[in-house]
Amino acid sequence: MTSLPAAPPSKKLGLVVDLDICVGCHACAVNCKEWNTSGHMAPLTDLDAYGADPNGVWFNRIHTFEVTDEATGASQTVHFPRSCLHCDDAPCVTVCPTGASYKRSDDGIVLVNADTCIGCKLCSWACPYGAREYDEHEGVMKKCTLCVDKIYNETLPEESRVPACVSTCPTGARHFGDLADPESDVSKLVATRQGFELMPEQGTKPVNRYLPLRPRQDDRDGTMSTPRTLDHVDDSADGAGLLARWVDRLLSA
Amino acid sequence: MHPAKSVIFFTTASGAGYGLILWLGTLSAWRLLPADQGFGLAVFAVALALIVVGLLSSTLHLGHPERAWRALSQWRSSWLSREGVAAILAFVPIGLFGIWWVFLAQNTGVALVFGIVAALAAMITVYCTAMIYASLKTIPAWSNGWTILSYLGLCAMTGALLLHLAVSLWGWQVQQSTGIVALTTTAVSLLVKLRYWSTISKPKKDSNAGTATGLGQMGTVRLLESPHSSDNYLMKEMGFRIAREHAHKLRTIAIVTGFMIPAAALAIGLTVGATPLMAIIAVLAACPGVVIERWLFFAEARHVVMLYYGAEAV
Repeated sequence: MTSLPAAPPSKKLGLVVDLDICVGCHACAVNCKEWNTSGHMAPLTDLDAYGADPNGVWFNRIHTFEVTDEATGASQTVHFPRSCLHCDDAPCVTVCPTGASYKRSDDGIVLVNADTCIGCKLCSWACPYGAREYDEHEGVMKKCTLCVDKIYNETLPEESRVPACVSTCPTGARHFGDLADPESDVSKLVATRQGFELMPEQGTKPVNRYLPLRPRQDDRDGTMSTPRTLDHVDDSADGAGLLARWVDRLLSA
Repeated sequence: MHPAKSVIFFTTASGAGYGLILWLGTLSAWRLLPADQGFGLAVFAVALALIVVGLLSSTLHLGHPERAWRALSQWRSSWLSREGVAAILAFVPIGLFGIWWVFLAQNTGVALVFGIVAALAAMITVYCTAMIYASLKTIPAWSNGWTILSYLGLCAMTGALLLHLAVSLWGWQVQQSTGIVALTTTAVSLLVKLRYWSTISKPKKDSNAGTATGLGQMGTVRLLESPHSSDNYLMKEMGFRIAREHAHKLRTIAIVTGFMIPAAALAIGLTVGATPLMAIIAVLAACPGVVIERWLFFAEARHVVMLYYGAEAV
């Protein structure tokens, strides 16, 4: 059924991405691809993978933006991972003519049933975030599953039951949890760091949150102590050998 | 947005077919059309051929056309599903109207009831098609009322041109009335289309690179590095771009061939004569004009997802 769940899901599983920490290494995208190409939405087809125009299905894309403060001219580089936000009012779900695109009523995860998808692509038109990528080879739409086949997998050790992008992030920039529970770690993190939604004006009510950059240290008024640097000038002859002391005396003269 | 040929053909061809049904029903209600069986056979064959071939071609862009029947299930939420349901339901009154006209030589009484329902069903179907596009907030150029009026207007215009052609080929006196209907709908459609173009030329400031990344409060947001070195599905499907000067020229071509030439030909046919020839010219000119208009409808529309790929506003 492509109508959204009548009652809001009791759990809203989602991701919190810390833009202050992300270094743009693409490890989350690669591990996502590796897990999911044999997971729920498998395969994540690649076409012409080693050719001139490679093209493939990925659930996670890492952009890099430059943000310039027009007043000061100072700019910062921000790495920006982009994936499905598992929206509360997911337009990709309501536009689907077949019911293949759906939002789970128990945990809010948005999924596609590959057996009933007709590949009309309308869901990808309706999504403001580019979360859906069409698989030309399979003729169906593919998207992030929040690793639904990993997070509930009891054959995995408990600490591994998080999405692949979260378990692989080397900097700990990605967090997973229940954003409907105000006491959850992710909700507290969002509250502390003033996590934000992407494009709230689109009215999709995304579940995922992004954490802003922390304020940068600013020494334009010169009040901050400068970091200690190594002193490369060695002007003492103490402890030097006979030859070195002779050269030192010769050069100092 | 990428202009898919099958969708352009579907919306223009089926639109003309539904437009023809609209005027067959409406003008029968005005008692303007004689229930001639040969005429009925010709116009219903043309209308149904346009509708059916258009609908079939719309399934060509699907990844799984054999599953197209599933698209009828989600009419509660999906305009695409509603369009499919409306298109199939519309065949019932259109078919009954056609049977009464062609086999029983009637377009009054019961037949007229079918005719009016058929005209309504045709408009509802085209309205659903338009709503597929108008309901997408992600594409500001489509998400406005002029999209709906453009679809309905062009459907009525192309249908009126076809009906006027048929009536003038049959040499009926009523060709003066159908000519006026065709000329009026052409003029109204042109005005609607001009308003559509002036509406989409005003930038909507709702979403921009700042809101897309949430970094707008920190300053000006600019894409520094793309996530991938070659175009992905999103860039091919949503990132289709047409050079501004080409768009301008194509709009002029669409206006001249789609509206001006047909209007001039209809006016000559109404005042000077040679009505059948002028009706043929009007239809022949309108065909490429309407196709270019529909191609531009897709090609000129920008999707907010491109804000992640270097667009600063859409």
